[in-house]
Amino acid sequence: MRSIRQHWVAVAMLSPSILAIAIFVYGFIGWSLRVSLSEWQGLTPNYDWAGLANFADLFGDRRFLIDMRNTAVFTTFFVVGAVALGLLLAILLDRHVPGEGIFRSIYLFPLAISLIVTGVAWRWLMNPAQGDRVSGFNLLLGGIGVDPLAWHTTDPPWGMAFVALPAVWQMSGFTMALFLGGLRAIPEELKEAARVDGATELQLYRRVIIPLLRPALLSALIILGHLSLKVFDLIVALSGKDIRLDVPAIYMWTTTFDANDFAHGAAIGIVLLVSVAVLVVPYLVWSLRRETEL
Amino acid sequence: MTKRWLLGATIVALVLSACTSPSGSGSGQASGSAGEPVEVFSWWTAGGEADGLAAMLEVFEAEYPGYTFENAAVAGGAGTNARAVLATRLSQSDPPSSWQGHAGQELIGTYVAAGQIQPLNDLYEEEGWLDVMPAGLIDLISQDGNIYSVPVNIHRANVLWYSPSALEAWGVEPPTTWDEFVDAAATIEAAGATPLAMGEQWTSMHLLETVLIGSLGADGWQALWDGSGDWASGDLTAALETFASVLDYTNEDASTLTWDQAAQLVIDGDAAFTIMGDWAEGYFKSKDLAPNDGFGWAPSPGTDGIFDFLSDSFVLPVNAKNEEGAIAWLKVAGSRAGQDAFNPIKGSIPARSDGDRALYDEYLTSAMDDWAADEVVGSLAHGVVANDAWKAKIDTAIGLFLGDHDVAAFQQALVDACASDGACS
Repeated sequence: MRSIRQHWVAVAMLSPSILAIAIFVYGFIGWSLRVSLSEWQGLTPNYDWAGLANFADLFGDRRFLIDMRNTAVFTTFFVVGAVALGLLLAILLDRHVPGEGIFRSIYLFPLAISLIVTGVAWRWLMNPAQGDRVSGFNLLLGGIGVDPLAWHTTDPPWGMAFVALPAVWQMSGFTMALFLGGLRAIPEELKEAARVDGATELQLYRRVIIPLLRPALLSALIILGHLSLKVFDLIVALSGKDIRLDVPAIYMWTTTFDANDFAHGAAIGIVLLVSVAVLVVPYLVWSLRRETEL
Repeated sequence: MTKRWLLGATIVALVLSACTSPSGSGSGQASGSAGEPVEVFSWWTAGGEADGLAAMLEVFEAEYPGYTFENAAVAGGAGTNARAVLATRLSQSDPPSSWQGHAGQELIGTYVAAGQIQPLNDLYEEEGWLDVMPAGLIDLISQDGNIYSVPVNIHRANVLWYSPSALEAWGVEPPTTWDEFVDAAATIEAAGATPLAMGEQWTSMHLLETVLIGSLGADGWQALWDGSGDWASGDLTAALETFASVLDYTNEDASTLTWDQAAQLVIDGDAAFTIMGDWAEGYFKSKDLAPNDGFGWAPSPGTDGIFDFLSDSFVLPVNAKNEEGAIAWLKVAGSRAGQDAFNPIKGSIPARSDGDRALYDEYLTSAMDDWAADEVVGSLAHGVVANDAWKAKIDTAIGLFLGDHDVAAFQQALVDACASDGACS
């Protein structure tokens, strides 16, 4: 009796949020999909069937192809950079350095900052001005006799790699926390056993510890990967709507709200959704299955 | 146990009531009443714009004391955010009493096409505005003989700004053609300064527009927008090549600067010129510089005798909230008193030719003279000549060109844009 009642309480408590998610997430995904298959241009809704024409337009659109390339460059540098730096920081902290708590907080702090703030600050740091107006990193480089860099204004596509720098700065603390959790979960006996077998510290990390971090690595890849696919705020704060650093999310905004082309805007949104889903859904399935097995 | 039940039921009830209440109050609003406020929507939230709006509001309240005014301003440069909010409200059939927009195709192409705003010809005749506003202006804010908005102010886009003392030190005169500019640029670069200061991407569209007007002339420019011109012409190729060569004389950090930061380079002597609309005057004055002393101006190269205008204007929506009050607001916006209250503070000139010259400063009176005498053409970057979709395609083409410097591909993209969304379709 008691358990049935509790069951209904749970359902009653959950139903508002289930309802809200059904409408505001899945309902709107469905609506976007419908709009992306329509001929809606201008402010008046127009649901005339366009089939896949909007998607065909996108994949023949120079700007959209540049966006895809930019996203690929950004994702590569961002994910590799944040994982490598986060892993390095985690391993260093795991050596039980004095003041570990302070370092951990310092590395995690950037995560608390809005990407807009990061973008604005790094816009100053990566200022490409030369001559008398040189500032930011270029001023430091000048101090050690290095020529100023163009940073994110480097010719495409490599300017995008510099955009990944602030993102790495911001997210590497987060990957550090993930990896540190993973490292602390590795039983001391395993390390001892490896050492007894004569493994050097380097071999210990390469053969024992890093392979054991695979679940943490997978989580990091998924979280960073989907973040980088939908990056928007950082780039807008860093460079406005400069097409050399354009990404699909920005193109979606300008198509929808500057050009009032809702059909193509929705199509870009759906492409973004699908690309994130390709990354995230297998991971969710895998982790759900693992939970039920446990 | 019953306690827990109660708690659960209360939460459900609360959530449900929170979900339903907005739509409830919304239907209450739609029914309307005589005391409904006059809600005016704009992106004037800061500086001279907000103060100018407040000054015009004083005129409104003095002339129409019966209405309550509601300022529905949404912050965000050049109205990007405001327009998104407006689009949402219009899609819910909840238009304000009036909204501000760039006069011309930006309003016509978007809102007339969607049947969202009403023609104002009767109001123009009633108020005698056709006699006090230039015919060139009326043409550019009309479609098929219908006038769709009331312009409050006029800005000039084709202005070349400089520092007189710096030019004197370099021995350079303000250039009147782009060839003269290239000659002057060599001297300026030799002195270690940037010839032309530019900012983020929209300012390069602004620059492109002034280069094209300077190269093609007023008629050649207008022809591009009314469908009679040829986007594939050799003249346009030459003009785009001029644009490409001018870009070589701009600052390398252009994409990281706002327009006012670019203007600051001129004040600091780091750059010789900048081409920007005459809202730059307000920026120079805010830095305690005096006209013709701390800063100087000239028409951008090749555009002497041409006034490339843009204008903020107000519209009358279909199903306007408190339509009577909205028309009262439009009457104030088009009146001499309203325009002379708004413009001296905003730093622009009245759209009417009968403004009180005593209220305006040295630059603005010179602009008023030019407005009355020059040939009037419309701005691309500020929404007069192209609808939003066309302009967005051109913006994309410019962005791609800034990345690859390929003039032929640029021109082809412009031809395609005109065919897909513009006057050539």
